[in-house]
Amino acid sequence: MRSIGYGGGPMLRIKGLTKRYRTGDLALKGIDLDVPDGQVMALIGPSGAGKSTVIRCINRLVEPTAGTVMLNDLEVTTLGRGELRRARRRMGMIFQEYALVERLSVMENVLSGRLGYVGFWQSYFRKFPQSDIDEAFRLLARVGLDHMADKRADELSGGQRQRVGICRALIQNPELLLVDEPTASLDPKTSRQIMRLIKELCAERKLSAIINIHDVMLAQMFAERIVGLRVGEIVYDGPPENLTADVLTKIYGEEDWSATIRKVDDEAAEMEADEVIPPELPLPSRDRMAGLT
Amino acid sequence: MATAIKDGTKVWQRRDRKAQFATWGVYLTGTAIFVYCWELISEKTTWAFVWDAPAQAGDLFARMVPPDWNSIHGLWWPIWDTLNIATLGTLMAIIIAVPVAYCAARNTTPSVAFVRPVALFIIVSSRSINSLIWALMLVTIIGPGVFAGILSIGLRSIGFCAKLLYEAIEEIDESQVEAVRATGASGGQVTAYGIVPQVLPAFAGISVFRWDINIRESTVLGLVGAGGIGLPLNAAITTLAWTQVSLILLLIIATVVAGEWVSAKVRHAII
Repeated sequence: MRSIGYGGGPMLRIKGLTKRYRTGDLALKGIDLDVPDGQVMALIGPSGAGKSTVIRCINRLVEPTAGTVMLNDLEVTTLGRGELRRARRRMGMIFQEYALVERLSVMENVLSGRLGYVGFWQSYFRKFPQSDIDEAFRLLARVGLDHMADKRADELSGGQRQRVGICRALIQNPELLLVDEPTASLDPKTSRQIMRLIKELCAERKLSAIINIHDVMLAQMFAERIVGLRVGEIVYDGPPENLTADVLTKIYGEEDWSATIRKVDDEAAEMEADEVIPPELPLPSRDRMAGLT
Repeated sequence: MATAIKDGTKVWQRRDRKAQFATWGVYLTGTAIFVYCWELISEKTTWAFVWDAPAQAGDLFARMVPPDWNSIHGLWWPIWDTLNIATLGTLMAIIIAVPVAYCAARNTTPSVAFVRPVALFIIVSSRSINSLIWALMLVTIIGPGVFAGILSIGLRSIGFCAKLLYEAIEEIDESQVEAVRATGASGGQVTAYGIVPQVLPAFAGISVFRWDINIRESTVLGLVGAGGIGLPLNAAITTLAWTQVSLILLLIIATVVAGEWVSAKVRHAII
């Protein structure tokens, strides 16, 4: 069951999040961050700024050293093992390099998103409830891969794999998407298609999302809000339009940013000109996705 | 350093003077030791026997041909035993090796401080004792026969299979495991979905490879009474029935070739 953010407060509230790795490196220096319900937020910053650590501390794939993470009314940081597993079901994660189980089929990869809901033997013998299988087919159709269900994951192209990764995250029926560099190994066109897909799906399902992304232009094109991270501290938090050369310098360091900023404006205009995205997509939308392969 | 400045230009050589001298020193010492050892071995060798060897070998070979094909009927059963020793021994080894490997792999072991050393000890002790020695001991403990052979092959193979398997487990792509864990999967589910599919090809390859080795190893176990084709071989050698010996050797070669063919096919099918 999806619980909608209560009392109008943020659906995700991070307070004083700190992570010190065993090597002694202080990756996060007390981050405060609120994500309202339904917001798609991009987290940008140079390599090593702590972007991955932030989202991994939210679902505790990495244990935070200090601070709290509140998912709606649930404090994730103090949960025991069983409760943590139940909490993870509410947070879908999409990975850099897809992180699909390469030797399993597309369908098995998508259904693995339901592992938190079924028992061990049920999942071992692949006896998932029919409702899960229906949902898997629905999601695969939504991303244009319903004809690929029985293919092995390692037979797919990069863009296709990432769309399977998206289905795996969505079949959890999450409230929040944690997205770690979704386009890092994709070509520019596929990157945009993947980002657009994530944005559309978040809108359709009223999901919040935190998207770690290297590509400033993509972040500006697809996110409502940008948070800039530098050596474990938030140095920018605001709308994409306010991402000026000064701000980029503050996040990444000294560099000539004029080309980056100008290009974004051009591309945004170009996108609006030649692409009309229907707000509610008819299913299946395979034809639309056919060009992605 | 290999980079130096000579007459104003930067020159580069593979080694500097000191490293070059050291390299020559190592080669010189190596050659000296080789010559000295050659001298030592030569002194202790009765060369008359060595010069005589080709004649002896020829003589033995002449006594071995033609192979005594009539005795083949008595060999089907022992060779069948040999195959069973290899197969059942491998099976036993795999069943025990899987949990041992799981406990030995750094990324899956329940405890690096306590469980892992125990698993590693099992692996080392199993690997360091040859199956012939296992057989020798087991024959005195449980008496001669096929069962002793199966156990000795099994005990010898646990370490081999577990070592290769735990190395395969340590080499898996952790991001796939992490992705499964992020869905809220339980520990067992993370293993079944994140780890097992990744190590399955290695597991199958290791098993078939060990089975292939075990066919060869089980042919000698009969020499110490642990059943199989080694029993008639031993009997033939002690009775100087060289034509039977040659037949048994041919049969062993045929079996090993067949085993290698099967394992190559299976491995090809998996990978």
